[in-house]
Amino acid sequence: MLMRQVQATQAAEIAAAEPRTFTGNRGLEIEEGLIFEIGRPETTGVDLDEPAPFKHRLGPHERRQQTGLPGLSEPEAIRHYVRLSRMNYAIDANIYPLGSCTMKHNPRLNEAMARLPGFADIHPLQPQSSIQGALELIAELGHWLMTLTGMDAVAMSPRAGAQGEACGMMAIKSAIAAKGEGASRRIVLVPESAHGTNPASAAGAGFEVRPVPARADGTLDPAAVKSRLGPDVAAIMLTNPNTCGLFEKDVVEIAAAVHAAGAYFYCDGANFNAIMGKTRPGDLGVDAMHINLHKTFSTPHGGGGPGAGPVVLSPLLAPYAPVPFLRRDERGYHLVEHRGEAPDAFGRIAAFHGQMGMFVRAFAFMLSHGADGLRQASEDAVLNANYVRASLRDLMSQPFGDRPCMHEVLFDEAWLKPTGLTTLDFGKAMIDEGIHPMTIYFPLVAHGAMLIEPTESESKASLDLFIATLRDLALAAREGDKERFLGAPYFAPRRRLDETRAARNPILKWVKPKA
Amino acid sequence: MRYLPINENDRSDMLARIGVSDIDALFADIPEDKRLKQALDLPLRKSEMDVERLLSGLAAKNVAAGSVPFFVGAGAYRHHVPASVDHLIQRSEFLTSYTPYQPEIAQGTLQAIFEFQTQVAALTAMEVANASMYDGSTATAEAVAMAHRITKRRKALLSGGLHPQYAEVVRTFAQMSGDEVVTLPPDVFAAENLGALIEGDLSCVVVQSPDVFGNLRDLSELAAFCQAKGTLLIAVFTEVVSLGLIQPPGAMGADIVVGEGQGIGNRLNFGGPYVGLFAAKAKYLRQMPGRLCGETVDASGRRGFVLTLSTREQHIRRDKATSNICTNSGLASLAFTIHLTLLGEAGLHRLAWINHANAVELAERLGSLWGVEVLNETFFNEFTIRIKGDAAQVVERMAEKGVLGGVPLSRLLPDSGLDDLILVASTEMNTNADREALAKALQGALSC
Repeated sequence: MLMRQVQATQAAEIAAAEPRTFTGNRGLEIEEGLIFEIGRPETTGVDLDEPAPFKHRLGPHERRQQTGLPGLSEPEAIRHYVRLSRMNYAIDANIYPLGSCTMKHNPRLNEAMARLPGFADIHPLQPQSSIQGALELIAELGHWLMTLTGMDAVAMSPRAGAQGEACGMMAIKSAIAAKGEGASRRIVLVPESAHGTNPASAAGAGFEVRPVPARADGTLDPAAVKSRLGPDVAAIMLTNPNTCGLFEKDVVEIAAAVHAAGAYFYCDGANFNAIMGKTRPGDLGVDAMHINLHKTFSTPHGGGGPGAGPVVLSPLLAPYAPVPFLRRDERGYHLVEHRGEAPDAFGRIAAFHGQMGMFVRAFAFMLSHGADGLRQASEDAVLNANYVRASLRDLMSQPFGDRPCMHEVLFDEAWLKPTGLTTLDFGKAMIDEGIHPMTIYFPLVAHGAMLIEPTESESKASLDLFIATLRDLALAAREGDKERFLGAPYFAPRRRLDETRAARNPILKWVKPKA
Repeated sequence: MRYLPINENDRSDMLARIGVSDIDALFADIPEDKRLKQALDLPLRKSEMDVERLLSGLAAKNVAAGSVPFFVGAGAYRHHVPASVDHLIQRSEFLTSYTPYQPEIAQGTLQAIFEFQTQVAALTAMEVANASMYDGSTATAEAVAMAHRITKRRKALLSGGLHPQYAEVVRTFAQMSGDEVVTLPPDVFAAENLGALIEGDLSCVVVQSPDVFGNLRDLSELAAFCQAKGTLLIAVFTEVVSLGLIQPPGAMGADIVVGEGQGIGNRLNFGGPYVGLFAAKAKYLRQMPGRLCGETVDASGRRGFVLTLSTREQHIRRDKATSNICTNSGLASLAFTIHLTLLGEAGLHRLAWINHANAVELAERLGSLWGVEVLNETFFNEFTIRIKGDAAQVVERMAEKGVLGGVPLSRLLPDSGLDDLILVASTEMNTNADREALAKALQGALSC
């Protein structure tokens, strides 16, 4: 769901003398070329028979140029990708405390279920009589989402959280247009602490974005919202709990003011894992909210997705949900696929019904937890974040004071300033200790932000080790051990990478070197 | 609860360190009257065994493609995925890693993305490709928005051969941002003359090949017309395997190429997750949506990879960003890359030939049946037949006999008067016995 994880770095001229091997390998860590350097176009790792001669029907459209794509035999391909995989950090190996990204345990049961042929090997356009089990699963998942959020309808097709935001804003736009206010209500209020996707999604749906500053305690001031409300405002997009890890305690008052002004309340549900089973967004006055199935109900992020972002909707917005959606009648479930059957639907946001593979994983996760386990998961996520906070608060500074947080805890760079080191330096030193850095430089409302989200799947022992490591690093920073930070990482597959160079001189594909 | 490692003793110790008496003290910011006092009306936790039973039961209510003669396509294709692909993407280090925000410990993901970008550029014969979109349809909508940004014009023209659900996605996004979209009527014979319709106010023309009726289309002449008017040519494909055999859009002069990559490395999954492919001419690089991976060096001078050109992105430009995309289809694009690496040029070419050979054989067989006419002159692995009778009913009757025989075009284009057309796809997965079964089922359904 993020953001500004990467503060541009330049490979510092700090390449300390390091022992070199003849191969460039370092023990188990083996340097691996690109497939274009090790493969050959005539090699293939797939056995396919040559078709018998036949009269083709390609007309003049046959490919006239080579692709030049390299092939690898199966053993070579396995080795190539296994070697690459070993240069990655992963939640299965250690704590991944990325705030706002929510990296929790990925149960393998979910993977096994998603691969059942009855789910993985069915086609979105095969006859609906032959996919009743899949439709039933979508209906059940939708029921869980509506029950957990206290909302009335759900649009399942958004393919990621950001697409869910776009979907929700489009439903709002349609509702406004239906009231004849399409021309006048063009503004969407977005707090400065919002995910970057919020303003981008609102703009993509054709709205103008106006920022709302947070007050000194990190939450939104109802007065600041009220002063910006008017007949030109279509909606507010609020993240709750917000990106500072705080629950917006005035959310009910804000929602009431927004509604009184004739506008809608979109809630970014990225942080729903902090409150599921503890409170329902519908009860707080939310009109639309996406749910990042991949975060809240743990589907694998796989190096950047796939995600899934179903949107729950209030009765006011339900009629405008995009196609396709489910209906149930005496013959079973059926998909409403065309606007002819749903004249108010605002359209379609993806070709097919949504991320079925993610639905299966998320549903397996929900069933495994049950209503009781999901509530416990929220409590443990919040407990773990506060435990980290309580264990580091004497060394690291909190921008909004020492107060309970939700599922993630925010520190800033104020404590680091006197050392001359930056948040980035601190994060890179964590890598040498075997820990993925927390989210850094986000949210922007904190200076040099460090946002830590342990999630509920960390044990106390794991947290204690994490805390001890951060304390050691913090003390080292205070004691002036600069080299440890400025040269970091020393022990990763790569030393600090020159991001400025990559942006100034973009090399985005492999080009055959001139002989 | 097997996924929660903390026990009750831990909980009380941790609360003590935090300095609160009970867990609810940490939820005090939620207004008292909005806090749930009891569990929601949902089932309680289930064991691994019970979840397996329940979900296996739901899965068993579906007819898996592999269990029947199967000829359904229209934007999603059933191809063989080598076992090593699924094995590799399930490795913890790929499966459970995040977006590569810390490049020093994400080189595996980043190098794979760099390889993916290069492969997509080569397949489409374009200069640059991005790091994966959600799917082909949303990539198409992003391409149209990109054309609006580049040309500063706000009107798109969609070919009647564009997949109707892709067209609907484009129209939905455009309508929200106040842009105009002209959609031509369905064009079964690919006879429309798009060149004649290009005016100076068009940002882009969107054409699919093979189109939704299976026809192959030459875009070269159209590209010249577009260029003369400052209009961008967006070429779309829904079946990526076709690019192993047919002339790539880049070689025909397309400005932006988008399509669905599911057919390589990814299973049908009832519509998702899929992987959108997106490539363009290099001069449009800074207007591209989504993520890009670039090559650089580390502090020791070694080659490495990073996400780059992020100044286009939502986390920096917010409402001025080129798109709101931040999670993409990373794992699905990894599956694509691995499968394509196993194939290589030689394997992809042969795979595409087998697809085409199977489809040609099927077309000949079906075309020889009474009451069936194959409409395409050219096609790759999918073609349209006209039958005597209602196609939706015929497909349903075949399904009752255990044959999934294609997509009635009325399902994609209701109210278009195409009620007697069926789109039939055939891949390397179909055997001669499958083709015989389809011919028999179709003959039977027609004589009802």
